Amino acid sequence: MPSGYPPMRTRLSPRQTAETVSWSRREFLHAATGAAAATALFALAPVPALASPRGRKVLVVTFGGGARDEETFMPDGQENIPHLLTELIPRSTFFTQVVNHGILGHYVATASLATGVYETFNNFAAVPPDHPTVFEYFRRDLKRPATDTWVVAPSNGFNRIGESGERSYGHGAGVVLPKRLLAAALSSGATLEYQHLLRDNYETPLYAPEISGNEVELPQLADLLKLSVTDFTAHARNLASPDELSVYVAKELMRQLAPSLLWITLHDMDVAHAGCYSLYIEGIQRTDRLCAEIWKAVESNPEYAGKTTMFVLPDFGRDSDLDASGNGFQHHRTGDALSRTTWMMVMGPGVRENVVVDRPVQSLDLVPTLGALLGFSAQFAQGRPLTEVT
Amino acid sequence: MLPSEIQPGQFQSYPPEGRQLAARNAALLEQLPPVFLPLLLKEIIVYDWKFPAEREDLDRQLAYLDSLAPADRQRLLAGFAALKISPELQNQDWVNQPARFGEDLAAYLWATHQIDAFRAASLDYVQKVDAARPKEPLPMRRLGIVVVGQGVSETHYPLFRKLRKQGVYFSQVNPDDGVRVLLDAVAARAGAHPVPFAHWYIDGGAPEADRQGVIRVSYGGLAAVRTALLDKMQRAIQSGIGGPEALRTMLAELRPEDLGMSGSASEAVLDRFQISVLTEGSGTQIFSTIFVQWAAREAWRRAQPLTLFARYAPRQRQRPMNELIADHGDDRQVPDPEGSLIDADMGAFYTWLNQQRLADAERSSFLVWFEGHQQALAISPALPRGTESASAIDLMALVEQIA
Repeated sequence: MPSGYPPMRTRLSPRQTAETVSWSRREFLHAATGAAAATALFALAPVPALASPRGRKVLVVTFGGGARDEETFMPDGQENIPHLLTELIPRSTFFTQVVNHGILGHYVATASLATGVYETFNNFAAVPPDHPTVFEYFRRDLKRPATDTWVVAPSNGFNRIGESGERSYGHGAGVVLPKRLLAAALSSGATLEYQHLLRDNYETPLYAPEISGNEVELPQLADLLKLSVTDFTAHARNLASPDELSVYVAKELMRQLAPSLLWITLHDMDVAHAGCYSLYIEGIQRTDRLCAEIWKAVESNPEYAGKTTMFVLPDFGRDSDLDASGNGFQHHRTGDALSRTTWMMVMGPGVRENVVVDRPVQSLDLVPTLGALLGFSAQFAQGRPLTEVT
Repeated sequence: MLPSEIQPGQFQSYPPEGRQLAARNAALLEQLPPVFLPLLLKEIIVYDWKFPAEREDLDRQLAYLDSLAPADRQRLLAGFAALKISPELQNQDWVNQPARFGEDLAAYLWATHQIDAFRAASLDYVQKVDAARPKEPLPMRRLGIVVVGQGVSETHYPLFRKLRKQGVYFSQVNPDDGVRVLLDAVAARAGAHPVPFAHWYIDGGAPEADRQGVIRVSYGGLAAVRTALLDKMQRAIQSGIGGPEALRTMLAELRPEDLGMSGSASEAVLDRFQISVLTEGSGTQIFSTIFVQWAAREAWRRAQPLTLFARYAPRQRQRPMNELIADHGDDRQVPDPEGSLIDADMGAFYTWLNQQRLADAERSSFLVWFEGHQQALAISPALPRGTESASAIDLMALVEQIA
């Protein structure tokens, strides 16, 4: 750049940096959980036969909003993710190196996760993805009704994520935006500050795209979930954050509709854009707790227990402290290796427990992997099924 | 328009000194790649409001580019020249609106998967220009001081965790009158080396009394400006400004006088700096902790001072969702000292990191102190790394030891 800092000196290439992060995660997991490397295991035994796709359910939880290794898997950060470390990872196959080569904006990156193609639309626009979503593949190939797949998402920008602009598809998931529902429930009682909370794109906290999509309206959801507006509002009054509201709605969906494909996007930690480290840390700790809560809901619900595969993965990371063009944890604007390299855990029947996969994979591999698990063809997706879990 | 088509007369809208600089270098500018030139003009157009150190850097950069043989310059900028941009971008008025071009270019590079190539080209360029810079010792050792934890009587947070391996952790510092002692030390350095913009005091609350030769910036002192800015942002959004990019462009074009600042020539550089902290920094309008961290970062990066003293104050509390719904009245000003201490602890680490990015970093010193308490951490070439000291020591003695 013509002006500004020289970058912090580093001898590592981006690839080496990513591998180092991956190595750190792997070494830590070996030490903490006694996890075995997948390559060694596979040499000894084949993957057990998977259950028939019929009746199988899948949850995708994005550990969203952008978390760095420093605040999660590195030594100082482990105190922030006790539930992942002690409850979920021991039951998972854990991919240490999931690389996102796309645009690091939350909506466009999450849409890319859902299509298996690096989408390139304006992150701040309320537009559908260009390529078919996992929800459309699922419904068309498996002839599933609209009630069998849902997205619970935090912010206005996500309201078009349920189905793409691809003409040959178009029947996807219903999208629930819990905060919008709450605003509708509060109607004129909504305070000015709550209105501010609705503008929940933390990166541009004073701006929210116009809503115009297929998101579910309050009366429709109340009808679907057999939940009165009064009950919904009463629950919300006891919840401290938007992600808690999202998980509450997701659990209601599981109880009432038991969808086979449910996608929950968490987002609280993106408050980091406001620059307050303590709030960012609180967001990570809450997300950690909520991931465990979702898995408990799976295990305690007869519709899900024993037949659900859960994927947990960040959409991407955040900028490194060492990149002079960023401001550390605050943003994800540099595109450095750390902000592009994350992880993924997969758990459920037929998935090996306490196994670590070191080879680099792409975030685009998620949709083909879901296709292999559920039995649909993600024909436009650019990734490959992850053989370690399919 | 291509760089080869620019004429010296096209810089008429630039402020006087920037205009002269561009015109003087027109022959060089027209040889630069289409992606690179607007980014350089983005710096030149604000030349009049740059700090002396920034001007020197830009002058040196232009002189370096001009000194290169055409083939060497092409090699240096090959990474930028290889980037493909759209005709729409190329046809923008990037001479008069280089900042807007920069915004659009960033979006385009991300969308076309060229951002990594741009990043690599930028790193390569900065490293080569930096390597060509003459290494002159500073007139005095650069000193950064950060004060954290105002309003916290007790904490279990592991303070200075990220910095401990760099220096000495002191557990028996005499905290009496500590802020005054440290400010006096800053003022003494300003007296010894009275260079414009070389000594800074940044406060997250209401500032202490002015000190001769010390630039003072504070969150409290900018209350009226912050209110005016938030009001403008709110009105722009309600009017349907057209999205976050448009909002950022609107903010970037704000002048000090638009927000009630004096706009006088003598204050112009500092006024512009303060406006940039509020308009370019995310959260700086709302939370005092990020205000201090970002202002310190920008002061280091831009003014490259010899002394920087940053003092954190409690920021307002972030209200949880259930409280917002319950609406127990407007308590936005309720402070959060413990959360602010955690913010400030990370902010201190970033302030040290940013100080390390400046010239002569290996000779520089840094001190962070838990206000009103006995804990401090000092980093200096004169001190060992990763050690602790339980010896009783005054703050003044500590500063003298490292400065």
